[in-house]
Amino acid sequence: MSFPWAKHYEPQGAFMKYVDSRLPIPRLVYDSLGGGYPVPKNLNYFYNFGVLAGVALVVQIITGIVLGMHYAANTTIAFDSVEHIMRDVNGGWMLRYMHATGASFFFVVVYIHIFRGLFYGSYKPPREVLWLLGLVIFLLMMATAFMGYVLVWGQMSFWGATVITNLFSAIPLVGEAIHTWLLGGFAPDNATLNRFFSLHYLLPFIILGVVILHVWALHIPGSNNPTGIDVKSKADTVPFHPYYTAKDFFGLCVYLTLFSVVVFFLPNMLGEADNYIPANPLSTPAHIVPEWYFWPFYAILRAFTVDFPFGLVPAKLWGVLAMFSAILLLFFLPWLDTSPVRSNSYRPLNRQLFWIFVVDVIILGICGGKPPEEPWLRLSQIASAYYFAHFLIITPLVSRIEKPLPLPNSISEAVLKRHTNTGAPAALQPAGAGLAEFPASGQPAE
Amino acid sequence: MATNDNLVTDDLTPTGERRRDFIFVATGAFAAAGAATVVWPLINQMSPSADVLALAQIDLDLSAIQPGQAVKVSWRGKPVFARNLTPAETAAAKAVPVASLRDPQTLEQRTKPGKENWLITLGVCTHLGCVPLGAGEGENKGAFGGYFCPCHGSQYDTAARIRQGPAPKNLEVPDYTFKSPTQVTIG
Repeated sequence: MSFPWAKHYEPQGAFMKYVDSRLPIPRLVYDSLGGGYPVPKNLNYFYNFGVLAGVALVVQIITGIVLGMHYAANTTIAFDSVEHIMRDVNGGWMLRYMHATGASFFFVVVYIHIFRGLFYGSYKPPREVLWLLGLVIFLLMMATAFMGYVLVWGQMSFWGATVITNLFSAIPLVGEAIHTWLLGGFAPDNATLNRFFSLHYLLPFIILGVVILHVWALHIPGSNNPTGIDVKSKADTVPFHPYYTAKDFFGLCVYLTLFSVVVFFLPNMLGEADNYIPANPLSTPAHIVPEWYFWPFYAILRAFTVDFPFGLVPAKLWGVLAMFSAILLLFFLPWLDTSPVRSNSYRPLNRQLFWIFVVDVIILGICGGKPPEEPWLRLSQIASAYYFAHFLIITPLVSRIEKPLPLPNSISEAVLKRHTNTGAPAALQPAGAGLAEFPASGQPAE
Repeated sequence: MATNDNLVTDDLTPTGERRRDFIFVATGAFAAAGAATVVWPLINQMSPSADVLALAQIDLDLSAIQPGQAVKVSWRGKPVFARNLTPAETAAAKAVPVASLRDPQTLEQRTKPGKENWLITLGVCTHLGCVPLGAGEGENKGAFGGYFCPCHGSQYDTAARIRQGPAPKNLEVPDYTFKSPTQVTIG
């Protein structure tokens, strides 16, 4: 589970020895988050986002549990109980804004975490299972966030629920039956609200369980790093504590500062004004949009406007299939990208394609937030086509034809080279095993 | 081989299976059947409950609806549009070549015989379930004079048939019967 040079836990004192021989939790913490867990020494700030995602999850669970003490999952009073939380419950406004903007922050953090993994090839062997578990968390997050948004029972809640649950009616033959079964009726109503509350309370704990598996799977090979090459010696690593506990704590302070700015000064920045109108099944808002974190997938859903081929498969079914495939494709990425080089720092062609893909997803996101009109429809069709082409054509092809840059011999060498190139004094180089392989002639600078 | 002798005398059926294999399969099958009977109520509890199903039928009085007007009523938690078509609107619906439609249906197929001016449909867009505009006074009726869905831009004509946009089907016509010239029962 760790490198041979990892420090071993030594229980101090009689009490710790007593605990260690019966329930060795302190040993577990030491070996996975403490001095006993060696981590590549070159992790940059993008590697903070895993810990930040964990913190965001805990914030959501804690604020959610206390909100659940005041919320009523019944269509006649759900909306009013949310207003009761906002106006009457002591500090309720703060707790609700923390929970609502906390969801957005959770997604910001997780999207950065995912793109970090994409850039540095963290999905490649031996970390495929780690990647797959992360995607499972992402899917569970989307389901949880969707159901949580419905609980407010405003206009966007109701019509978002109507649109999203209707996706299931696109399934041939059994779609209508599944749709009625999911809703517990013919349209979203009290039965729907109740079960969404039940599941919205349950799923975060399922997420927590999968997060534990995700962290476990991470600790088997250890973290990837910006060079993408494997740890080779002790010179490549530092102990998690105090080095990364300190770095993560600093990142956490920055994160909580930004979070507080939004909670206290811009709490409705990412929300929809229409959701402050109580749900009305007989009146559709002029422009239904999901929360921003679903926009790229919503754009793919709406990109299909024609039945094809020859009117055989309805546009609606195509849209639903495409939207779900857009996420499911990520599960196959470790086998679509066959390049043995992990980090895009050493993949000159793929690096540019990565940034084009980022822009493509941002374009999809913008289109998903706009009304279904031109030019947004055409733009989302082009961007959706590129999204699928990126994974199914471009990624496998580039893996074959690209000539990667020469890799450093070790993480330690790469770190030291950066420091010598930037004029850092050579005296900073510690004596270590990695130095022996340090080449005399410099490689081309990036 | 003492063990084999024991197997022959104690454990094997005449066709050669061990008795223990039979007990394994029987136990597993029994447990699976028991689990299934417990799982079914856990799944079925999510289906519409009796009180939801009980409200599945409503009566509607059409006498106050003038030609060119429509009303929205709620049925099974969904809106129903009951529209009194003007002669111009019925003529426009009949003038469309049926073969050119995405979901080919005539106005006659979508109304009751002799009551062609009464267009009764669900007010639920067949794309993703929004309520189309056009039934209320002064609402956008779309390019074909029927209904317009604001969510994803589907346009329906004066027989509530899909003419443009992502919706795959015409607005659904619910089961209904005329109890008198101005009274219908929906459901």
